[in-house]
Amino acid sequence: MPFKVKLGLVYGAIGVLLVLFVIAFQYDTAFILEWLPFILGGVPLTLFICFGGIALAVVLALLGALGRLSHNALFMGVANFYVSFIRGTPLLVQIFFIYFAFPQLAFKPGVPEWVQPLLVYNIAFAAILALGINYGAYMTEIFRAGIQSVGHGQAEAASALGMSSAQTMRRIVLPQAVRVIIPPTGNEFIAMLKDSSLVGLAGAAELFYRAQSVGKAESHSYETLTVAALIYWLLTSIFSFFQKRLETKMGRGHVREEVAPPRARGIA
Amino acid sequence: MTTSPVIRIENLEKHFGRLQVLKGISLDVGVGEVVVILGRSGSGKSTLLRCVNFLEEPTGGCVEVDGTRLEAGAPSRARRERIRAIRLKAGMVFQDFNLFPHLTVIENLVEAPCTVKGESRGEASKFAEELLAKVGLADKRDEYPIRLSGGQKQRVAIARALAMRPQIMLFDEPTSALDPELIGEVLTVMKNLAKEGMTMVVVTHEMGFAREVAHRMVFIHEGEVVEEGPPDKLISGARDARTRRFLEAVL
Ligand SMILES: Nc1ncnc2c1ncn2[C@@H]1O[C@H](COP(=O)(O)OP(=O)(O)OP(=O)(O)O)[C@@H](O)[C@H]1O
Ligand SMILES: [Mg+2]
Repeated sequence: MPFKVKLGLVYGAIGVLLVLFVIAFQYDTAFILEWLPFILGGVPLTLFICFGGIALAVVLALLGALGRLSHNALFMGVANFYVSFIRGTPLLVQIFFIYFAFPQLAFKPGVPEWVQPLLVYNIAFAAILALGINYGAYMTEIFRAGIQSVGHGQAEAASALGMSSAQTMRRIVLPQAVRVIIPPTGNEFIAMLKDSSLVGLAGAAELFYRAQSVGKAESHSYETLTVAALIYWLLTSIFSFFQKRLETKMGRGHVREEVAPPRARGIA
Repeated sequence: MTTSPVIRIENLEKHFGRLQVLKGISLDVGVGEVVVILGRSGSGKSTLLRCVNFLEEPTGGCVEVDGTRLEAGAPSRARRERIRAIRLKAGMVFQDFNLFPHLTVIENLVEAPCTVKGESRGEASKFAEELLAKVGLADKRDEYPIRLSGGQKQRVAIARALAMRPQIMLFDEPTSALDPELIGEVLTVMKNLAKEGMTMVVVTHEMGFAREVAHRMVFIHEGEVVEEGPPDKLISGARDARTRRFLEAVL
């Protein structure tokens, strides 16, 4: 039997088992059909938070990577602290801190009024901030590796032509690093889709929040959480599909100069 | 050559940590002069060349290029400006080309003139096309570097350096990474450049080229200039035993 057919049979068997499971535990289809539109209504907010979060994360990761690679003690110190602190604390704590602790600071006595709007956010914005800051810290390493993957000879050639280090970074190094950075950034986006469910705990009416609140209130958590899981799975599968295509596209027509042939060294 | 020097290297020293690679090198290069630098692997030839345009910071001594003089010293804004001024006067060609792979051939040539000198793309492209014709690669204008042979890459790299209209050109073993059958085309371009009167400092083991083109050969050993002179003189009658041994090995 060809391998592909075997694999198909295994998938089929898993499907049948899942259906049996759902039947055995009397999945309430009528209930879920009634509430599906409400739960699906959380998807736009989930996507909005994730697109906003990844955009912020890209900016922070770039700054973080430049800081960690910089020879300036201030930049490097700030970047190192950012990465270490954010990676060393739970995402959930960060979300709650930004949404619940910052507003408290804003209303401490003596805090000028203009500071308040800087510390009090609507929940979607707080979610974007928290996910962006958190993922930016992890993605700093991706960006740093991408920048370092560009051979030193490139920066050297640019310097020799008189380009400043900023010009070299912007015009020569980053455009080449992007090819290395984009595929793993796609993976981070997919991970963020799932982690965004955590902001539901802070009260953002996204996909998970809606599913679990309906489930709890109506004693139908089994139904609503199953559906939420399936929706997440569908979303991540869709974005994985595009991510894979992007990855092959980036890998193809590899424009980086191939490694130079073994050097004829001087006479030893 | 009796013209006034366009490059003055005075007592140049370079340490890598505790290793002293250049031990007080002094060398003047006149306008239009072609100087070939010889020496064994590790003798400090690349380091010397890279100190001239400050890709390496010298730890002692002084470099002057076309009147812009810079001593070894601590980094500062003013120093960066002077280094940039020197780099604008000194083009460099590397052993492994270092073309920008994300840019086409023509873009490789116009990148620096546009970003560094603020030339318009139009005028930069026009000059770039002339240079490509000169190195025999006009038809490769829109190719990416990956599609070029090693010899073609190096010719593009030479054109890219020339696009900045430098006064001097530094070559660090420009043919050492090339298959033997591709070396000739690069040397031809360099010979033509020398004929046009370009001041050139060339690190190479191509003795044929040195003999034909160089006005002067400089032999470096362990970070010191051991001997220098016109090619015929040095090849037929080197005074120093180390020079003679080296020449016997390469000739
Ligand atoms: N960045 C560096 N850090 C430490 N040591 C270095 C560095 N660059 C060069 N060196 C050392 O300096 C010495 C001279 O190196 P250099 O590259 O100038 O020699 P070279 O004459 O160009 O040799 P080759 O013919 O092999 O290119 C060598 O011993 C080398 O190991
Ligand atoms: Mg060398």
